Amino acid sequence: MLDSLQLLGRKGLEFFQRLGRGHLLLLQVLAGLPGLFLRFGLVIKQIYAVGVLSLVIIVVSGVFVGMVLGLQGYNTLVDFGAEESLGVVVALSLVRELGPVVTALLFAGRAGSALTAEIGLMKATEQLSAMEMMAVDPVRRVLAPRFLAGFISMPFLAAIFSAVGILGGYFVGVGLLGVDDGAYWSQMQDKVDMYDDINNGIIKSLVFGVVVSWIAIFEGNDAIPTSEGVSRATTRTVVHSALAVLGLDFILTALMFGE
Amino acid sequence: MSDAPLVQIRNLSFSRGDRVIFDGVDIDIRRGSVTAIMGPSGTGKTTLLRLIGGQLKPDNGSVLLDGEEVQHLRRGALYRLRKRMGVLFQNGALLTDMNVFDNIAFPLREHTGLSEALIRSLVLMKLEAVGLRGARDLMPSELSGGMARRVALARAIAMDPMMMMYDEPFTGQDPISMGVLVRLIRTLNDALGLTSIIVSHDIAETCAIADDVYLLSGGKVVAHGTAEALGKSDSAWAQQFLNGEADGPVAFHYPAADYAEDLLQREHNN
Repeated sequence: MLDSLQLLGRKGLEFFQRLGRGHLLLLQVLAGLPGLFLRFGLVIKQIYAVGVLSLVIIVVSGVFVGMVLGLQGYNTLVDFGAEESLGVVVALSLVRELGPVVTALLFAGRAGSALTAEIGLMKATEQLSAMEMMAVDPVRRVLAPRFLAGFISMPFLAAIFSAVGILGGYFVGVGLLGVDDGAYWSQMQDKVDMYDDINNGIIKSLVFGVVVSWIAIFEGNDAIPTSEGVSRATTRTVVHSALAVLGLDFILTALMFGE
Repeated sequence: MSDAPLVQIRNLSFSRGDRVIFDGVDIDIRRGSVTAIMGPSGTGKTTLLRLIGGQLKPDNGSVLLDGEEVQHLRRGALYRLRKRMGVLFQNGALLTDMNVFDNIAFPLREHTGLSEALIRSLVLMKLEAVGLRGARDLMPSELSGGMARRVALARAIAMDPMMMMYDEPFTGQDPISMGVLVRLIRTLNDALGLTSIIVSHDIAETCAIADDVYLLSGGKVVAHGTAEALGKSDSAWAQQFLNGEADGPVAFHYPAADYAEDLLQREHNN
C-alpha cells in the first residue's frame, strides 16, 4: 500500500518535472526564433527534411482517404437521392477534420519520430555537447530551426492532404460512380465557407504543428543518451503526439463548431 | 598575470547523487604546458573537463580559468570564454550531417563574419596541420576512428584557442594513429602556444608528452609531478597504477567474505 503510494508520488513528480522541462525548453526555443530570420537557410534545410520529404506519404494517404470518403459518402447519400452533395461531404470532412488530424498523425510518425531520433542521437554522440563547448547554443542552432520548420510545414501539408483528398473523392464519385461533375464542384463552392471551414482547419493544423514539433524536439533533447533511451524517446514522440493531436482536436472542434 | 597558472582549481568538490566524485581537489595548469590528468576509469576525469568548461557546476570550491571564475560566469561571458577553448571529445563528436570541410568551418561560420574564401584557406590550413587536407570531402561516417579524431582536433583548433582539452585521445586507436596523435598534441601545443590538458589512462603515451602529471583516485589528487618524479614516487598506489599491477592498494578482489568460509557455507546460503 505504502509502496504503491510512493510509486504514484514518484511518477507524479517525474511527470511534472518533465512538463516543467518541456515548457522551459519551449520558452528557450521561442526566444531563439527571432535570430533565425537572419539565417533562414537553416530553416529551409529543415523544411525540406520534415516537410518536403513527408510529401509522398501525405499525398498517397490523402488520395486514398479522399477515395474512401467518396465511396462511403456516395453509398449513404444515394439512398436519399442526395449524391449531388458528395463534393460538400468530402470537402468538409477533409478541410475541417481529416486534413489537419490525419496529416498531424502522419507527420508525427514520419517527421516527428525522425526529429526525435536525430536529436537524441546527436545527444548520445556528444554532438550537442560539442556544440556547447564550441560556444554554439544547440537550442538555437539545432532545436529552434527544426521546431519552426515543423510549424511552417504542417499547414501546407494539411492543405495538400485536403486538396488531393478532394481530387480522390472526385475520381471515385464523378469518375467511377457517375455523380454530376458540375454539381460536385458547385455545391462544394457554395457550402464550404472560407472563414468557418478553411480558416478553422488551418488554425487546427497550426496548433498541431506546434504541439507535434514541440513534443518531437523535447523528447529528443530529453532522451537518455543511449540506444535504448533514444528508441524509447522516439516511441514516446509518436504516442504522445497522437494522443495530444486527438485530444486537442476535440477541444478545438468544440470551440470552433460547438455553438 | 601571465605567470599565474591558466587554470587554478581550488578545493573542488563535486558529487553525483550519493556518489562523491571530487573531494577537495587542487590542480594548477601552467601556461604553455601539457598537463596530464590520469586515473582509473570512473574517477571523474571527463567530469573534470566539463567542470573546467562550465558545463557542470561544482558543489564546492572554484575553477579559475584565465582569472575568471567559471561557475559564476553569465551565459554570454561563458560562451566568450568557450570560444577560446578547444575540446577533443572521446569519439570526436563530429557533426554527422556535414562533411569534413564543413565540420571544421562550423565554428568559423558560427562565430566570425569571415568570407568563404578566407574560411576555405583557414580550414585547409587546419586540415594540413593534421594531415587530412585530402579528406575534406569525406563524410564523418567514412572516416576511420583515428581520422575522425584528427578531424575533430582540426575543428577544435579552428578558432585558435588558448587552451585545448583532450578527453581520452588515445583510447581505441591503433599504434600508428596513436603515435600520430601523440606527436600532434605535443607539436600543436608548442607551435600554437597552447596550454593543453590531457585526460587519459594510457600511461606510456601520455607520460611521453606531459610536462606535469596529476594522478586522481577516490576523488583526490594522489600524486603530482613530472612523469620521471612520479615514476620514483613512494606512493604505493601511484606505483601500482603506473606499472599496471593487478593487486596492491587497489585490490584485485571486490570486497567479499573469507574465501574458504564462503565455499564451505554453500549449502546454507544458495
